Amino acid sequence: MATQTGETAATSKRSFLRADAAQKLLAFSALIIIFIFFSLASPFFRTPDNVSSILVATAVNGVLALGVTFVIITAGIDLSVGTVMTLSAVMTGVAVTNRGLPIPVGIIVGLLTGTTAGLISGLMIARMKIPPFIATLGMMMIARGLSLVISDVKPIYFNDTPVFREIMMGSVVGALIPGLSVPNAVFILFGAALVAAFILGKTVLGRYAVAIGSNEEATRLSGVNVANWLTAVYALGGAFSGLAGVMIASRLNSAQPALGIGYELEAIAAVVIGGTSLSGGEGTILGTVIGALIISTLTNGLRILSVPQEWQMVITGVIVVLAVYIDIIRRRGK
Amino acid sequence: MKIHKLLFVLMAALVVFAMVAGCAAPAATTDTSSSSATTAPAASGDEAASGDEAAKPYIPVISKGFQHQFWQAVKSGSEQAAADFNVDITFEGPESEAMVDKQYEMLQAAIAKNPAAICFAAVDSQAMIPLLEEAQTKGIPVIGFDSGVDSDIPLATAATDNIAAAALAADKMAELIGESGKVAVLVHDQTSRTGIDRRDGFVNEIEAKYPDIEIVNLDYGGGDQLKSTDLAKAVIQANPDLKGYFGANEGSIIGVLNAVNELGKEGEIVVIGYDSGKQQIDAIKGGVEAGAITQNPVGIGYKCVEAAVKAINGETLDKVIDTGFFWYDATNIDSDEIKPLLYE
Repeated sequence: MATQTGETAATSKRSFLRADAAQKLLAFSALIIIFIFFSLASPFFRTPDNVSSILVATAVNGVLALGVTFVIITAGIDLSVGTVMTLSAVMTGVAVTNRGLPIPVGIIVGLLTGTTAGLISGLMIARMKIPPFIATLGMMMIARGLSLVISDVKPIYFNDTPVFREIMMGSVVGALIPGLSVPNAVFILFGAALVAAFILGKTVLGRYAVAIGSNEEATRLSGVNVANWLTAVYALGGAFSGLAGVMIASRLNSAQPALGIGYELEAIAAVVIGGTSLSGGEGTILGTVIGALIISTLTNGLRILSVPQEWQMVITGVIVVLAVYIDIIRRRGK
Repeated sequence: MKIHKLLFVLMAALVVFAMVAGCAAPAATTDTSSSSATTAPAASGDEAASGDEAAKPYIPVISKGFQHQFWQAVKSGSEQAAADFNVDITFEGPESEAMVDKQYEMLQAAIAKNPAAICFAAVDSQAMIPLLEEAQTKGIPVIGFDSGVDSDIPLATAATDNIAAAALAADKMAELIGESGKVAVLVHDQTSRTGIDRRDGFVNEIEAKYPDIEIVNLDYGGGDQLKSTDLAKAVIQANPDLKGYFGANEGSIIGVLNAVNELGKEGEIVVIGYDSGKQQIDAIKGGVEAGAITQNPVGIGYKCVEAAVKAINGETLDKVIDTGFFWYDATNIDSDEIKPLLYE
């Protein structure tokens, strides 16, 4: 990591491609090993229904983690994703249930709420030079407070709009191909991941995010408006939180204003397990998706085996630390 | 970009937020105007107490939380009592039931104001004892509510007997599944008094009275609806012959209901819950949930303030004020006895 800061944005991008392949392989093999282990340990684990459950359980954390990936690639951090998700869910509830607006409008309100919150965090970080940890910590509290104020500390239900629940738990594929009733949640997750991978790999925003994370000063000197692009990255992260907000509201058929604390750490854990470096400049979307899958597969499998939950926390913690340590060894070896 | 341009952007963003929040709030509160109206005197009561204490006796009510519907119901009960007995109260609690330190500070601040009495529900039954001793030295009567404190200092505690209530849930479960088969239990946490009591109340009753019932899973979902849903789903999938599921608080039971719903197991699993809330009430009316235990949250809030007033007036109090619990299901959910105890 220390050596990387000295490199130019261009060379570090090339090395990021190599590093990325190795880490992806590592995380992917870990996922496969975990999966095989649980499959052997319990016949109930490998049922199609349970695999579908794992994918659905990955959806919300996975989408949050996608947004966090961009932020962490710029060497930043976003602690507000969980409560911004909640705020977006509440705003969607206000639009759909309290205001009676059409569901698509509610979804847009949710996405805009997340994007706005991310934009404000980005401005605080890029323009006011508040460290990301502090700026997003502030946003985390602001979003939490606003969720409670706006909802009057009561869940907002979507009982008048039964279609809303179908966003996550309905199955468009099942309607098209009978017998293959995979919930929409799974496709939303993979769709969002494809969009994220496209933005990271094929757009200027993605390239500048990597460049800023590798060497912010060099990026600035080469004529890039770092402040603007950094702000855009946080806004993008916020948009993913907004999407996660719509998703959790649909899954729970309600906007629960008190939820959200702890979700940011789980999302960060997924990103880190997926091989994205907290010091910035490298990371992949596929890695993040695998990281999120590892966490939910572990949670599900250990539950199926009835392993006491206290141990589940210990095991997840060990895996986070191991993932980062392996990454460090691999880099030292290069 | 110039700094004033940045400020403009920020201000614009904040204004948009404030506008959105501002127009959202009335819509959200139209049906609950009474609760938001009653918070106003409670808030001003704080100033009144520190300003001129001659007016009304001031009683801070320190709860274990404020975000859950349950605590909102306790709050409305204590506000009712404040109006009936002509006292000023404030109602506050930490954001989560794990925040022992935050509650410590709240209690400390409350004692420093020299109130007429304190109503207090401990998040940790031991950690607050030094502060309670301080209150005792200063001659401030302390009334416990909801969960007890491991101390003789509170003159009385207004609470639900959670062990007996969860045992009743276990008896109902046994009755509904024919006294044999597998059941699972989802509890909010393993550290709070209510979590421990409800878990032990249910588990011990099953183990003592129903040898043919096996508890296959005992999990903790933190009261988080999403996590509880995914947990319960895994448990149901691991046990296709599961006959019953007990959720020990509102967040837990919503998770169980979602899981049953998502797996299409409605009616196949006997679901028994705790407390109320709209989702649970709908599930009971719709037949997905067999029934639930309700406490009397409004009663808890009312009785603790009432006891505090009695203590101020020098009356003697019973150590334990049992605020009661009830089993409710589709047959009595709308009855005069149950309906007032439920919150949406």
